[in-house]
Amino acid sequence: MGSQDFLRRMPKSGIGLRRAERIAQRLHIDFVLLFLLVGIASFGMVVLYSASSSSMLAIQKQGSFFAIAFIAMFIIAQVPVDLMRRLAPWLYGLGVVLLILVLLIGIGAKGAQRWLGVGGIRFQPSEIMKLAMPITIAAFLSRQYLPPRLLHILITLVLIAVPTALIIKQPDLGTAILVLVSGMVVLFYAGLQWWYIALAMVGFGASLWPVWHYMLHDYQQKRILMLLNPESDPLGAGWNIIQSKTAIGSGGLHGKGWLEGTQSRLDFLPEGHTDFIIAVMSEEFGLLGVVLLIIAYIMVIARGMYIAINAQDNFGRLLAASISTTFFVYVFVNMGMVAGMLPVVGVPLPFISQGGTAIVALMSGFGILMAIATEQKRVMSPQK
Amino acid sequence: MFESHHFKDHQKEARIFKFRLAIMVSIMVCLFCVLLYRYYSLQIVNYLEYATQSEHNRVHVEPIAPTRGIIYDRNGEVLADNRPSFTLSLVVNKSMDLDATINLLRTLIDITPADLEKFYKLKKQRIHPLEPIPLRYRLTEEEIARLAVNEFRLEGAQVDAELVRYYPYAELFAHTIGYVSRISESDLEKFDEEQIRRYSGTHSIGKSGIESSYENVLLGEVGSKNVETNARGREIRVLDKIDPTPGKNVTMTIDYKMQKQAADTLAGRRGSVVAIEVKTGAVLTAVSNPGFDPNLFVTGISFNDYKSLSESPDTPLINRFVQGQFPSGSTIKPMMGLAGLHLGFTDVNRTISDPGFYTLAGSSHRYRDWTLSVFGRGHGSVNLKKAIAESCDTYFYDLAWRMGVDNIHPFGQHFGLGIRTGIDIPNERAGIWGSREWKRTKLKQPWYPGDNVSMGIGQGYVSVTPLQLGVMMATIASRGDRFRPRLVKAVDEVETAPILEDHIEIKKEYWDAVFEGMEEAVYGSGGTLTRYKLGLGADYRIAAKSGTAQVVKIAQDAKYKIGTLKESQRDHVLFVGFAPADDPKIAIAIILENDDHLKSSENPSLLARRLFDGYLRNIYVGTGPVYGFPVPKDAAAVAAPPAPFVNETPDLDVDDVKPTPSSESPSR
Repeated sequence: MGSQDFLRRMPKSGIGLRRAERIAQRLHIDFVLLFLLVGIASFGMVVLYSASSSSMLAIQKQGSFFAIAFIAMFIIAQVPVDLMRRLAPWLYGLGVVLLILVLLIGIGAKGAQRWLGVGGIRFQPSEIMKLAMPITIAAFLSRQYLPPRLLHILITLVLIAVPTALIIKQPDLGTAILVLVSGMVVLFYAGLQWWYIALAMVGFGASLWPVWHYMLHDYQQKRILMLLNPESDPLGAGWNIIQSKTAIGSGGLHGKGWLEGTQSRLDFLPEGHTDFIIAVMSEEFGLLGVVLLIIAYIMVIARGMYIAINAQDNFGRLLAASISTTFFVYVFVNMGMVAGMLPVVGVPLPFISQGGTAIVALMSGFGILMAIATEQKRVMSPQK
Repeated sequence: MFESHHFKDHQKEARIFKFRLAIMVSIMVCLFCVLLYRYYSLQIVNYLEYATQSEHNRVHVEPIAPTRGIIYDRNGEVLADNRPSFTLSLVVNKSMDLDATINLLRTLIDITPADLEKFYKLKKQRIHPLEPIPLRYRLTEEEIARLAVNEFRLEGAQVDAELVRYYPYAELFAHTIGYVSRISESDLEKFDEEQIRRYSGTHSIGKSGIESSYENVLLGEVGSKNVETNARGREIRVLDKIDPTPGKNVTMTIDYKMQKQAADTLAGRRGSVVAIEVKTGAVLTAVSNPGFDPNLFVTGISFNDYKSLSESPDTPLINRFVQGQFPSGSTIKPMMGLAGLHLGFTDVNRTISDPGFYTLAGSSHRYRDWTLSVFGRGHGSVNLKKAIAESCDTYFYDLAWRMGVDNIHPFGQHFGLGIRTGIDIPNERAGIWGSREWKRTKLKQPWYPGDNVSMGIGQGYVSVTPLQLGVMMATIASRGDRFRPRLVKAVDEVETAPILEDHIEIKKEYWDAVFEGMEEAVYGSGGTLTRYKLGLGADYRIAAKSGTAQVVKIAQDAKYKIGTLKESQRDHVLFVGFAPADDPKIAIAIILENDDHLKSSENPSLLARRLFDGYLRNIYVGTGPVYGFPVPKDAAAVAAPPAPFVNETPDLDVDDVKPTPSSESPSR
């Protein structure tokens, strides 16, 4: 396999690397992934410092979230993959119950009800669903013959639809999309037949017209149009996009320099420390910064895919691929929406945007990836 | 479950998975390329556009309003300056409950529906969402304090200061200084590019009086600064700055104390007072009463305030001393006498015998002398001096008839009659100074011989503004120099030069004769003003002439009885004079509209004495029930018992002079 080819070509450093590999194995750590994540997180703190108007408090908060997130990652990395599979139905059930509770007794702000408060701690159950969804779908499909049969496809779709609908109801379109994607990609990787995919696409396209004309009210149509073309409302939704495009564009190739971004530091950019932080990054570090960050993300995704390919069974492989793909969706949707390419939905930029639960949830996902990665090696070792 | 791993084709599943993964990776690569292209297009291709936009966001060129020039009186008293005015603005953001905030504000300060209407209009016009929108102007100290205490509850509320014009003496200078007001949309439409630039930081513009005519001087030159602002429009730092040049300060010719004395004396009555420096044309006092508070106009007058001013029967908005037109009455007689002497129609010693009326040959109509209705007789034997002192109508009927309008009219023009004085405030009116041509073009009528007769006593086709009266008197006092009256003495210490409009050369003995006649009017035994003793205790001599302007016509055989007339039909009381008689320095003209002659204590001549004292001797006294310049005890003792009412203007022939301007209410 790839890593062994690599070792064979470099015999001198082979012993050291093998030892490192053994330590990694024992600790259930994927050092490549860890290195990349720590790198992105550190860079994220640098950007956040500027985006939060040089607030040390914001950095301390974000730092402690990262600490919690890394600890969560280490702990989850220790969980045997098989146990995850067996826990899947419970996790899923818990997630759905919590989502229903959110709708009933949740707390929130600005017209959305997304949080549950337990003894002074607030958290978003939808974040649990981000993990529970791929685990559940992967667990379910990996037990079936693949490619899945129609019945299993339908069961899968129901399993995906219930939490997605509950999250849309909050409403939290961004998270709903991420949860939906994390489930659907499992289906895709499991080998969902092409003609089903084609049928679904045709069906979706065909239903747009009647839904638009007969099922949506005027105000709903307006809101969707606004979502698709925010610049039609320059003082409302469009303001953010106009300002973020200006921030990105004015960064040019090299950027204005760290702490020199006028758009963000003069408050022209709303949400500059959360969902729109890539605009701050682009303004201060320019296209070079954007390219470097994208390369780092690509390396993370590539490592995730590598882990998926090398996973020992269907469950691990589907789960790892889903987590990596969802991570890509995070990056793409966030960077796309801030650049005015995609509708503005609430998707944070992984490890850069401020926000505790999202970081912990993301990092936990990478904990699962590490568990899968190191399990594979445990299984492989006796074969040598 | 029933599925088992043994029956699954692991090889096939792995193959499918890898194939799907390859497809997904390709999709991701494509999407990353799209993403990179998007950022490339924003940051490289359209870099300049966005960099400009960002700079435009960040940096604003803000005009800095120049401070408007301060207006002083001739002695340095501040008559108009600039004071901070506080404005409450709201920064509206999406999450705030605007209605709740406004409701809370309404419990703290007074916010009218008009304020709110304006606020919502401005809210629609704002350019970016976090721009502060003004809600209430002119906050009081108390309101500011109440807002400050509740600041924590008032999200997005801010209070800003701006300098606005303030007139400390309110109505005292309403008609001379005028006022500034907010630049209106119609003003803006009339602006050329240069004006748009000059007013870019300024919110007000002079609308009347000195504020209007000296607008260019007072305004100053706008400055500018490049400021870095945040999205809320708050200034972060100033990048560079060009200081504005403050407007020039204007020193008026007006003497505040004299103005105050005159206005206090006129309080409650309609009328006008003008005092002019004889040798320069500088206007020392110019009062039009009632006035109004110009401060009301500065930040926008309310509809009700404006309505009550514009609909008041006392017409406070009319500037009487340049816009009010009155028959000159007998105040014209000194000039008529000069005309007669200069043009050779009479001489100093020529006497006539006055039976108490004048008739034209071939007419039975009697032009009555005022003495006829009061004493039932005439003045007897009258020469020019006596005619002036006693205001003999018959003498001037005769003189005017013999001179004729063709002689009178050009002579009168040397004294500014029928001509705008050219004073440095707008909207002055020219009055009427009758001539054949004027009557032909304006009234489409020929000039009748009778018209000459009434002109002799300042009735008929004669109407003057109080300022014109003052100018005429100053011209006489200066022996022929007619200066353009001025309200501004200096602009930023640079004195304005007197402008000599006209000069008429007349023999000294003629001047002397007229001066003596006017002194006689004050001091002589038969003088019309003698009983007011306005020269009492003064160490200078006063030359003066009284006058009465008729508002309604009195029939040939009727008598003027004040009790039977409505207030608006009473005669106007006039006074002109100058002092010191031997070296005149100050000339005065006073008109009291529809005045009650019976109250001799309020005769305008006593006001004139106060102004003379103020200017010549720097004596200022307060106002009391009686004009309270120091009156020696013995003077009070010898004060004449109330004299019978003296109406110096005879009742004019109705048929001959129709239509007579004098019979109409004066223009206001």
